[in-house]
Amino acid sequence: MSPDSSTTPAPPEQIRAVPVRHPGRWIAAAVIAVLAAMFVHMLVTNPVFQWDFMVDNMFSDAVLRGARTTLIMTVLAMVIGVLLGILLAVMRLSANPIVSGAAWVYIWFFRAIPRIVLLFFVANLGALYARYEFGFPFDQQLMDLFGFEADWRLFGFDGNEIFVGFTAGLIGLALSEGAYMAEIVRAGIQSVDPGQAEAAHALGMSRGKTMRRIVLPQAMRVIIPPTGNETIAMLKDTALLIAVPVTTELNFQLRAIGSRTFQVIPMAVASILWYLALASLLMVGQYFLERRFSRGFGNRETRQQRAARRARDVGSTH
Amino acid sequence: MRKSFGHVEVLKGIDLTVAPREVMCIVGPSGSGKSTFLRCINHLERVDAGRLSVNGHLVGYREKGGRLHELRDSEVAAQRREIGMVFQRFNLFPHMTALENVVEAPIQVKGVGKAEARERGAALLERVGLADRMHNYPNQLSGGQQQRVAIARALAMEPMLMLFDEPTSALDPELVGEVLDVMRGLAADGMTMVVVTHEMGFAREVGDTLVFMDDGAVVEAGDPRQVLTDPQHERTRAFLSKVL
Repeated sequence: MSPDSSTTPAPPEQIRAVPVRHPGRWIAAAVIAVLAAMFVHMLVTNPVFQWDFMVDNMFSDAVLRGARTTLIMTVLAMVIGVLLGILLAVMRLSANPIVSGAAWVYIWFFRAIPRIVLLFFVANLGALYARYEFGFPFDQQLMDLFGFEADWRLFGFDGNEIFVGFTAGLIGLALSEGAYMAEIVRAGIQSVDPGQAEAAHALGMSRGKTMRRIVLPQAMRVIIPPTGNETIAMLKDTALLIAVPVTTELNFQLRAIGSRTFQVIPMAVASILWYLALASLLMVGQYFLERRFSRGFGNRETRQQRAARRARDVGSTH
Repeated sequence: MRKSFGHVEVLKGIDLTVAPREVMCIVGPSGSGKSTFLRCINHLERVDAGRLSVNGHLVGYREKGGRLHELRDSEVAAQRREIGMVFQRFNLFPHMTALENVVEAPIQVKGVGKAEARERGAALLERVGLADRMHNYPNQLSGGQQQRVAIARALAMEPMLMLFDEPTSALDPELVGEVLDVMRGLAADGMTMVVVTHEMGFAREVGDTLVFMDDGAVVEAGDPRQVLTDPQHERTRAFLSKVL
């Protein structure tokens, strides 16, 4: 509106219309309020819940240690799983048919095996071979062939020491996760416009640098949300560690209290609340990761831009 | 040189020479192979027959003992450092600011120090008129600004040859001018350029040579003013009558 034009007509009057009513919303709110009240009433009046007993027992030392084991296992299995997944995805997309085929076989195998079956198998690898050694392939056979009495081993371990408890659980869960993450990472890599890799190649960047600096950071935007799902699924799957067995894990500890005291329901509810809290914690982490990798895609102001704008604002007021 | 995709021969014998400091503009209908030819120059597409060399070096191959050997990836990458390319769809890296886009290759490929690269990057962005947009992400820039960042990004590698693949075709008409201005400046500074374009005005004004391609072959090549005003071939005449 130009202030100097006295001939322009007055601006049109602000519209004050009667808004559309939404009776459906009020009915839905009433129904849900009644159902919620019934639910709360049940929680409060049914003595089987034993709320005092639950609160007294759900923070015992053994339970806290179990929560720590569960969280550490979740994080470690995911870190190894993600790294394995990136490796497998890159292998899967390789032009080399042998490498790509090997990745396909891995994914095919580990996606098909239920985690509880895999965990049980890993935990019993000590029965397959008592000792595992790494070195030159077929060294003893070759030495025999040339008439020597020797072998060539670099390092080794006893199966019954490694394939037990926490380590066995971690191996099983991470191997299984790698297969799922490989598919997620592959989808992420393929979602990046091929023009990006082309532009990087045209600048003389190598394949590896193009993947690390250009393609993967953009793929992360697509990779993170399903990885959040995977992390929460992993948190819950730590309850399967009973197949190893790992008994220091959260669910086992809570159930142990329940069975020992015959208060099954309070401890089952405690288990629900614990997993709810831990999953919420992981979701906070996901939020910040998503924000980090959405740079350049939203309308969020960067730090430098904010500083520049402030400098401009200050400059214009003088 | 020739180039086929499967059984389809898209380039059926192109024989062109670009002199240093020369600006060659390539025009022609879509599907005539202009972009494919351009992409062959920095080995984004491989040449199937004939020879293509830049600065005396065969692109993508090495001739040894009378036979051609394919170059390794690292050798191809080294060749591409000498050749800048600007794409129709900009292809800026969306997760990096304008300045980060420009300094990425010098730091990662040439090993230039960060401070030095930033200083030079800022100077390049100033040269294309974007000094105040350095810290913006590509999606905060207009198409014309993005394409100018893309030109600065290619220049940051100090190439001796610049390839432009329809650099203004994805732009709003009013943004075309700012990109052409930058290219005009480059030509004036003596950069060797091969430009695939539909901007006949630019070709006439800036180009030293105009090449008209159709159906994978060069129909006519020569001085732009000559070709545009007095085309020798029927096909050129028919094309120009539609676009001028």
